[in-house]
Amino acid sequence: MKFTLLILDGPYNHAASDSAYQTAQAMLRRGHDIRGVFFYHDGVYNVSNASDPPQDDRNIPQRWSALGAQNIDMVVCIAAAKRRGITNELLVPNTRISGLGQLATMIIESDRLVVFGD
Amino acid sequence: MSDAKKVMITVRKPPHGSIYVHEAIEVMFIVASFGLDLSVVFIDDGVLALKTGQDTKELGIKGFMASIGAFMDFEVTKVYVDRQSLEDRNMSEADLAFIGEDETTEQPVRPTILDSSAIAALMAEQQSLMAL
Repeated sequence: MKFTLLILDGPYNHAASDSAYQTAQAMLRRGHDIRGVFFYHDGVYNVSNASDPPQDDRNIPQRWSALGAQNIDMVVCIAAAKRRGITNELLVPNTRISGLGQLATMIIESDRLVVFGD
Repeated sequence: MSDAKKVMITVRKPPHGSIYVHEAIEVMFIVASFGLDLSVVFIDDGVLALKTGQDTKELGIKGFMASIGAFMDFEVTKVYVDRQSLEDRNMSEADLAFIGEDETTEQPVRPTILDSSAIAALMAEQQSLMAL
């Protein structure tokens, strides 16, 4: 099955981003495809390269970047990003900024949309 | 458009205290413009977003009341409100803002009030559901 993940919460404050990442890993292990991951609301903070968590904790932006390296489209909403000061220069590798139209396209091209966060 | 994917967006947060409703409306306009079969449901405190006569000037924020008035112009035509949520907040149909005007009669149109069972049936028809 082909999935799109929509992430609405920022990293660390809530479990949404962790849950989304673990779900993505489980989907891939089960042989499913991930059409894309779309970051919206405060979710745009999940792929900031300015994030520098303690070494003994998970690095959420790096984790998403690694998933992006597996040829999964990782898209940050431009309107939500601009509001929150996230620019292209602040993105971890393998992620990109684009419009909400990308979310619509992902929905069209996926069997299921899974939403994380509120 | 009968083969268009059915997408529902639910709005459950109150207006103005957070950006959720504002950004939900931005998603509605884009999803509708991509030809998806969009339904929008206002539930819980989300119904307060539709209340007429809101003015955010004193709050110093942009607000979104103009966007709600333009829903139908932007192809956001299936707009529903949960009856119980409305009644719980002492609101009635007359409290709901207009979302556009009927193309034929040119009469202003309000969102449609539905019972939760009807909303549940609509949800069951959807291919994607975004709780924003």
